[in-house]
Amino acid sequence: MAANPMYQFNVYRIGPEIKINNIDISFTNASLFMVISSLAILIIFNLGTKRSIIPNKIQLLAELSYSFISKMISDTAGSKAKPYFSFIFSLFMFVLFCNMFGMIPYSFTVTSHIIVTFVLAAFIFIGVTIIGFIKHGLGYLKLFVPSGVPMVLLPLIVVIEIISYLSRPISLSVRLFANMMAGHTMMKVFGGFVVSLGIVGGWLPLGFSVALTGLEILVAFLQAYVFAILTCIYLNDALNLHH
Amino acid sequence: MLKKIIFQFLALSIIFTYSAQSAESGGMPQLNPEFWISQIFWLVLTFGLLFIILSKFILPKISNNLETRKSQILDNIETADKQREETEKKVKEFDKIINDTKVEAKNFFNSERQKVLDDINNKRLSLEKDIEKEIIKAEEEIDQLKKTSQEKVTKIAIETSSDLVKQLIGEDINKSSLSAIVEDLSKKEMEKHNGI
Repeated sequence: MAANPMYQFNVYRIGPEIKINNIDISFTNASLFMVISSLAILIIFNLGTKRSIIPNKIQLLAELSYSFISKMISDTAGSKAKPYFSFIFSLFMFVLFCNMFGMIPYSFTVTSHIIVTFVLAAFIFIGVTIIGFIKHGLGYLKLFVPSGVPMVLLPLIVVIEIISYLSRPISLSVRLFANMMAGHTMMKVFGGFVVSLGIVGGWLPLGFSVALTGLEILVAFLQAYVFAILTCIYLNDALNLHH
Repeated sequence: MLKKIIFQFLALSIIFTYSAQSAESGGMPQLNPEFWISQIFWLVLTFGLLFIILSKFILPKISNNLETRKSQILDNIETADKQREETEKKVKEFDKIINDTKVEAKNFFNSERQKVLDDINNKRLSLEKDIEKEIIKAEEEIDQLKKTSQEKVTKIAIETSSDLVKQLIGEDINKSSLSAIVEDLSKKEMEKHNGI
């Protein structure tokens, strides 16, 4: 049988063990791909900052991404979300590049680890909640009381709203993590089929594998987009209290 | 939407199958907390640096570029509009000048033609007058000549006939009777000439 499809998600130490106060913060393959993704983003976007009126290809790419995310934020969260643009831009680019680097064979997908996506989602959740309380004070709690609900149903609705609000970081992180892990596992399984079925029967799973690669690249982009746009929506709730 | 739901269902089912399967052979590496702290540390470090560098250095430059391009394009459009208006004005002026010149040229041509025609007319009139005068003069002269020639012819005839008579007869004849005869004859001759 083929190698364990979960083996690709193993984290291992690269270089020496680093410990601070008995806490292990060694440089791992996950750290390596985080660094690579960040560097790639910085290099590409730094090349895209040339001051020319007619942009070259990299500049066009950088400016198109800039206006794409700018439009996404203003569409979902309005003009008040302008100060958070650079955070959402970094978030989208980080997730997108981590997903895309994960598509390279034998590489490591940072976002396929629940701890990474959960830290990002928890940071967003806490940040959005703090922003909401700063902007609206205790009035932010009105978020859990939708207008136009009959008094009888109100206790139930408030409980449901609170649960849905508190489950946001979990749904946000699990969505990204599960999508990435499932896709990569599936590709690995089909790759294993190709090997085990050999030259005679391996063509069908090979075709599937090729198709799945295309799908996974789409999912890599889509999940980064979903992650960013959900952040925008949560931010919108905090900035413009609609209920 | 439906596609997404189906896909997520598929994805989740695969996760559960594989997490169940791999639970036997060591479980999901994601749930192994050995490197969690390390991952969190490096995530905060790299993402934090990425965020700081992007927001402090790179994104302002890109937005600045976009702004300058926008304003430059607007400026260019404005100047282009201005220049177009100016050009239209100039074209109108040009057309007007051409029209004016045409009218002027026409007027000038007409007036010059009138002048020339008048001149020709005047000259012709004066010439005709002159010619008429000359004709009248000539007619008068002819009339005079006619009158005088008749008298002269009569006189010559009288003198010749008196000379002839003198030679033939040898004496002078009364001139008045002679002239009466000559006149009578010449009248008859004239009547013969004029009558026919």
